[in-house]
Amino acid sequence: MSHSHNPSSTSAPAYHSHSALYTKVFLALMILTAITVGVSRLDFGTWNIVVAMVIASIKAMLVAVIFMHLSHEDKTTWVYAAFPLILMAILIGMLFLDNPLRINPDGNWEYPLNNASKNPAHAQASK
Amino acid sequence: MTHTETGDAHASGHADWKLGDPPIVHHMDSHTAYDAARLGMWLFLATEVLLFGGLFAAYLFYHWMYFAEFHHASKELNWQLGTLNTAVLLFSSYLAVMAVDAIKQGKNDRAYRFLISTIGCGFIFLIIKAFEYHHKFELGLFPGLSTFNSVEHQHEFKMFFGLYFCMTALHALHVILGMGLLLWGTLKVRSGSLSARYYTPVEVGALYWHLVDLIWIYLFPLLYLVG
Repeated sequence: MSHSHNPSSTSAPAYHSHSALYTKVFLALMILTAITVGVSRLDFGTWNIVVAMVIASIKAMLVAVIFMHLSHEDKTTWVYAAFPLILMAILIGMLFLDNPLRINPDGNWEYPLNNASKNPAHAQASK
Repeated sequence: MTHTETGDAHASGHADWKLGDPPIVHHMDSHTAYDAARLGMWLFLATEVLLFGGLFAAYLFYHWMYFAEFHHASKELNWQLGTLNTAVLLFSSYLAVMAVDAIKQGKNDRAYRFLISTIGCGFIFLIIKAFEYHHKFELGLFPGLSTFNSVEHQHEFKMFFGLYFCMTALHALHVILGMGLLLWGTLKVRSGSLSARYYTPVEVGALYWHLVDLIWIYLFPLLYLVG
């Protein structure tokens, strides 16, 4: 470990700057942003959002692990950092397991919703 | 209670304490206090992730449900300004970690300049955001304004903009809070109470600022790049 975890100790090794690494990571983040924007200008259908989310996650990992020094943190901190991601995975996972699989009492897929317009200005006679 | 851990002034009384030393916390040594501060901030950041996570879950669900309308509504947003704001925040995160790097070396002036620049980037972000909001208000694209009552702007369009304003406004509030936290660290750097021996305020402030950047990293493609 090249940097001190004990700021009060005068016997700890001197901290060596990681500025070159931070600069490289920043440039990588900018390139990844450019790629995200570039891909979004083309039409890949549903894949557009998948690619965007994958690249966003890579950027997030770079920021979390390197900028936020998770790489130097102990296991407890990693658990604290990972836990909300697990909860989010459950939240979003369950939302998308539940809703796309809903069947209404007629035996039809519930989505898209049967009334054609959700605008109250267009009164519906049939449903 | 006796404290026998490394380097603490407590065991010999407070007479040895000098400016730049870690504050004396009576129930633990400064190394533990440093670890506790970081862990505490990570715990808080976890709660913040869940706060925004609820809104992201709502966004993802309604994006799935009203796919075409969300894509149509997203075209109203200016992706160039969104990209610029993304660059501003990524750069500000870089400046923040460079500030931490500087103070760890005891380079207070360098840390101070990086911190001021980080806060400056926060201002630039907010100015661009204000400009964007103003443009939306002018077009009447705000829940409650008359544009949303017209026939072509259905509920789905309103849903997109409701989520857009809620998520970006909550994020902007966090930008302001982050700038406040960074300012606190900046003032401490300037006053000399931080050093290579004690820099916790800057480090936890930078952690919060990185979270603000992380949230925007996800907000940007979901709101701006689906058009």
